[in-house]
Amino acid sequence: MILVFCELKDGQIRKPSAEVLSEGRRLADASGKKVGALFAGASCAGAAEAAKFGADLILTAEAATLASYSSDAFATLLADAVKSKGATVLLAAATAVGKDVLPRAAARLGAGYASDVTGLAMVDGKLQAVRPVYAGKAFATTTFSSAVQAATTRPNVFPAAEKAGAGTMEALAAPAGDFKSVVKEILAKAGGKVDLSEANVIVSGGRGMKDGANFKILEELADAIGGVVGASRAAVDAGWGLPHSMQVGQTGKVVSPTLYIACGISGAIQHIAGMSGSKYIVAINKDPEAPIFKLANYGIVGDLFEVVPELTKAAKAMGIGSN
Amino acid sequence: MKILVALKQVPDTETKIKVAADGKSLDPADVKWITSPYDEYALEEAVRIKEGKGAEVVALSVGGDTAKEVLKNALALGADSAVLLKGDGQGDAFAVAQMIAAYAKDKGFDLILCGNKGLGGDNAAMGPMLAELLGVAQANVVVKLELGEGTFKAEREIEVGSEVVEGALPAVITAQKGLNEPRYASLKGIMAAKKKTIEEVDAVAVTAGAQVSALVLPPERPAGRLLQGDASAQAQALLQALKDEAKVF
Repeated sequence: MILVFCELKDGQIRKPSAEVLSEGRRLADASGKKVGALFAGASCAGAAEAAKFGADLILTAEAATLASYSSDAFATLLADAVKSKGATVLLAAATAVGKDVLPRAAARLGAGYASDVTGLAMVDGKLQAVRPVYAGKAFATTTFSSAVQAATTRPNVFPAAEKAGAGTMEALAAPAGDFKSVVKEILAKAGGKVDLSEANVIVSGGRGMKDGANFKILEELADAIGGVVGASRAAVDAGWGLPHSMQVGQTGKVVSPTLYIACGISGAIQHIAGMSGSKYIVAINKDPEAPIFKLANYGIVGDLFEVVPELTKAAKAMGIGSN
Repeated sequence: MKILVALKQVPDTETKIKVAADGKSLDPADVKWITSPYDEYALEEAVRIKEGKGAEVVALSVGGDTAKEVLKNALALGADSAVLLKGDGQGDAFAVAQMIAAYAKDKGFDLILCGNKGLGGDNAAMGPMLAELLGVAQANVVVKLELGEGTFKAEREIEVGSEVVEGALPAVITAQKGLNEPRYASLKGIMAAKKKTIEEVDAVAVTAGAQVSALVLPPERPAGRLLQGDASAQAQALLQALKDEAKVF
């Protein structure tokens, strides 16, 4: 069996979870295996939806003690489910929880683990993964020597495809005993927008923005076209009050949106490493020699303080983002 | 309190990646090696705890002789002692976690700090794997850490904001940018570090869980085109192209 840890939000399967579940179905079809989806929380209402994305078996661990995420409790749950179902592949999306729990569960199982993968295949009954290393400056093929193989998938890379599975429901008991650590509080950021690593459209600003307050024009463009705002390391380190969570690059977030609009970003190796996996790249820069233009599908040589507001205006006029 | 800081030597962020003749590893020629930046936050946090409430700080790195640079630097920055675990520190995260766990398990560490990921390998796996192998609590991607009596409270980065994790010590805490502002080594620190020796210990033999079988460079991106005209015309042309050619909207 291929076991996929899935997350729910507001009673619905999170998009990165639907993506990894769909990929699990594809791998299972290619190797004659079954797919199990595993959910945990105070409520698992909505878990049945996993059948739509190919789950043959839907495992739910519903308990008050699982209302808040606990690394060790969730790792126990995953590892025990792998053992009891005889699963040989354990997958999750590379979300905050997925990246926290999978390596711990993998270590419990003595399983090799590949994180944030962009490609998966079953070769001779074993998982094989392709993952970006050096923040996308190279791609490594990972092969496993362990009996159980574990991986997290990068959001926005694998398509979520509807393909019906049997969807048999089965309840699991929550792990007993004291948890070593528990999440006590979630401090949501104002706005609460989608994370950069899951965003479909990113509007990013660099040193050319000149000041943190000027990011307002990027916010306006992002709002108009349904995007999220990011920043280069130069901008985050400039003391403009931009949080590190906005940083795209090798020491920040590595992103792969459909569209990445780089405004006033020259294109240092550090930055390119974090966004070169974007499907379409647009560069807006005064300097026609800026290295970012070598990467861009579309380039605009010009003053971003003129171009960006024009883009916002034109996007509104064309009704982009309203669909 | 006894703190272990695990540090990894990695290629500098400005490194232009070249694949070695074996087709699966990094060509080490022209690579400048540095301490993984996230590990610097981990070390700084340990030194601050030592300065605040008092602690013994042990720096550890898995690798060969070149990794001694990382440890010398850690000693200069305030680590009390340094251990070189002689083994392959660049390979599989599970293998490295097993080596460190075997070394650390009976040494009575209250806190183990490391970066949330090793720059380059980008696995973000060694810390949580180490926590599991030692049977202790974990908090990853931490931007704020408070210690109580046998407890910790850590704020960690999640998708849209952060969350507060509370747990019992001992624990493995993996550092994220924002946890602190690492200091530079002082001349006094550098001189003091020169007098200290780096303990060398053979890492235990381990079985890796995974290995890299091929390393390739990403495909070149197709040549792009520049949009002409004034700002308004450029904006219109761009959106039209994104809509009609790229079908983004």
